[in-house]
Amino acid sequence: MSETIIIDGQELAFEEGQTIMDAAIAADVYIPHLCHNPDYEPHGSCKLCTVKVNGRSCTACTFPAQAGQVIENQTEVLNQDRQRITQMLFVEGNHFCPSCEKTGNCQLQGVGYYLKMQDNHFPHFFAIREVDASHPDVLIDHNRCIFCSLCVRASQESDGKDVFAIGGRGLNKRLIINSKSGKLKDSDLDVNDCAAHVCPTGAILIKRTGYSIPIGERIYDKQQADEVALTKENKQHGK
Amino acid sequence: MKGFIQEQLTRNAYQAERLLTILQAIQAEFHVISEEAISLVTEGLKIERTQIISVVEFYSFLHLTPRGEYDILISDSITDHMLGKQSLMAYLSEQLAVDVGAVRADGLVSLDNTSCSGMCDQGPAGLVNGHTLTQLTLPRIDAIVQLVNAKTPLAEWPSEFFVVTDNVQKTDFLLTSDIEQGSALNTAFQRGLTATLEELDLSGLRGRGGAGFTTAMKWKFCAAEQSDMHYVVCNADEGEPGTFKDRVLLNTHAHQVFEGMTLCAAIIGAEKGFLYLRGEYLYLQDALETVLEERHANGLLGKNILQQGLDFDIEIRLGAGAYICGEESALIESLEGKRGIPRNRPPYPVVSGYLNKPTLVNNVETFLAAAKIAVTGGAAFKALGTEQSAGTKILSICGDCAHPGIYELPFGVTVREVLELCGADEVLGVQVGGPSGTFISYEELDRKIAFEDLSTGGSFIIFNKTRDIFAIAKNFTHFFAHESCGFCTPCRVGTSLLKKQFDKIVDGHGSAGDVKALEELCDLVTQYSHCGLGQTAANPIIHTLKRFPALYQAQLKNISYEPGFDLDASLEVARQLSGREDTHAHLAQVGDE
Repeated sequence: MSETIIIDGQELAFEEGQTIMDAAIAADVYIPHLCHNPDYEPHGSCKLCTVKVNGRSCTACTFPAQAGQVIENQTEVLNQDRQRITQMLFVEGNHFCPSCEKTGNCQLQGVGYYLKMQDNHFPHFFAIREVDASHPDVLIDHNRCIFCSLCVRASQESDGKDVFAIGGRGLNKRLIINSKSGKLKDSDLDVNDCAAHVCPTGAILIKRTGYSIPIGERIYDKQQADEVALTKENKQHGK
Repeated sequence: MKGFIQEQLTRNAYQAERLLTILQAIQAEFHVISEEAISLVTEGLKIERTQIISVVEFYSFLHLTPRGEYDILISDSITDHMLGKQSLMAYLSEQLAVDVGAVRADGLVSLDNTSCSGMCDQGPAGLVNGHTLTQLTLPRIDAIVQLVNAKTPLAEWPSEFFVVTDNVQKTDFLLTSDIEQGSALNTAFQRGLTATLEELDLSGLRGRGGAGFTTAMKWKFCAAEQSDMHYVVCNADEGEPGTFKDRVLLNTHAHQVFEGMTLCAAIIGAEKGFLYLRGEYLYLQDALETVLEERHANGLLGKNILQQGLDFDIEIRLGAGAYICGEESALIESLEGKRGIPRNRPPYPVVSGYLNKPTLVNNVETFLAAAKIAVTGGAAFKALGTEQSAGTKILSICGDCAHPGIYELPFGVTVREVLELCGADEVLGVQVGGPSGTFISYEELDRKIAFEDLSTGGSFIIFNKTRDIFAIAKNFTHFFAHESCGFCTPCRVGTSLLKKQFDKIVDGHGSAGDVKALEELCDLVTQYSHCGLGQTAANPIIHTLKRFPALYQAQLKNISYEPGFDLDASLEVARQLSGREDTHAHLAQVGDE
């Protein structure tokens, strides 16, 4: 006999040890998120998945589901604030969707569409970030990094390596590469590593595969972020 | 270098948890964590080089590029500003011929700002190679410049430059007399540990860091956790600007603080304790080590304490310039040799803390009070203060008053009474609890210092009517942007956006709607941030905006919109390239006079 939580009036069962996000994904309920990916340890940093649990703000991807929780998720206020948090990510880095190879397949962009984001709202930071094209097969454009740390986790948890880490503090936060030169070419990243494919934005791209699917026929050109996430993640979640 | 690093690695038993300690030693010796040092430590500790780089980049006192042989930092707290810090800094920079934030070309000296160094009652203050400088004046700066240029070793600098005074102005239950060494433990063992915990419960003692969680309950939760190891941590990362009470408690009452920790160890079943001392208090470290040695010699630490079968030891660990490490889970990460990023909770540290073992983190003053309560019993403490806030509170008072310093006062005391005691008049407002606390105006002086009204970890900064509200809020807002750890989006990006939006308005570039946009942003950062830093980072703006709305509105231009950047200024590069300065090379903006 499993216990239940209530999300937006819908009662759903959860298992001991599941987070609110786990329980929601299993029940086909979408909570917007960027740094979460059910294949990896939850991180809780993007804060897009913030929900109200009995009136209190909680991060759904890390907060344990407990019997009797009454959770607000799809409210106008929460989605408006999620839009603002997404806009923060857009102004922090340098995101030029029309010229980015990831456009249409980009989860940041997809979430932006889903949250009906029409502009960046906040002033741009125009951060000076680098492009590392040194690796024969993989390119990193730091302009597009949102510090979700999925590549860090994928490298450690799936690839058994430690190619990426987060350095810096505050706004100087940055993705760093585990090699003496600091360049990707000198790291032990392989093009087939999970870490090379997990990036939700266009920060890590595989070389010589660009535009194989034309713009206009890509993931978020055809589907909303909620459908994409639920189809993909519910399957992954079967573990 | 190899020999030095080997020595450090050996001294720290090749433990990766002690990475911070090892890096601090390297920084002090070579003024940089060089590529060679990174390689040697990577090999020695068998960790990834990225772990070292990410730690160095996180802490303000560690550097990947060389600092000067004399690394001078000047405290940038609002109280330092009020004592003339900005003109002193400009003068120092000019005399040393080095820009703020830079290293002089000859590599001899570097200069920078640092967050509040805990000397607000004797500022303007600073640090030279980590050692505290107080009461900086123009003549003293002249002397420092000469000493630096003559390459005089720090040990030969006049000792009066480094004097830190306690400035205790008012004592009560805790500070009037210290307990006799060992008496808290002896009494507790005689009374029984469970009964002593009951006394602590009866006393009503709540955490003195500011959050106010009931101490006895926290100890009970931690004691109830089944584990092979429990840890006691004393949080002496006193980083809240305007707070300096722990500095005094550790300088003069360290025995009692350590006794409180040992008592806690006996009750929760811990064998190991840490004092996490903020890096700015390096000058206290040697004396504290001596106190620990004395306690060992007296059978109050080590094996079989007081022949009661209690084994407990305390290790001092130094912070390295990160305000966030005052947050208990960030502090634990730092103790583990990592970046000070607050953890996701649950689990709470009492369940899973240092090395994922049950860990009890309390403030310095909490341990001091617990030791005293063990001796006196809970009733004496409970008799003081208010119903919800028992006992006394040690305030560190600074700013515009005749007698800054330490005041121990019963909870429930009004701000007006405090102001009379310390000799403050013509008061514009008081920042209670530091930037993360509450700004109150002269109309609210009958409010009380208590958890149920104005909660404070001890910071109490007074501003008189000559002070500028915007200068205060600006200093605090910039402080939070500088200290945000960067983990979560709302705080990392939000605190910088707050800084931009606030400056835009105060600098006279705000237009209709900009105050509203500022309020919305405050709300986002407060509601969605991961930890207390972000959740309180907007307080200086929220509180001053609420009390002085007209002041903000008066800064706004009479136009509907002005962009966040200066159009004309952004053409400067083009003007320089084309060598033009005529009127057509400038762009007027709607609303410009």
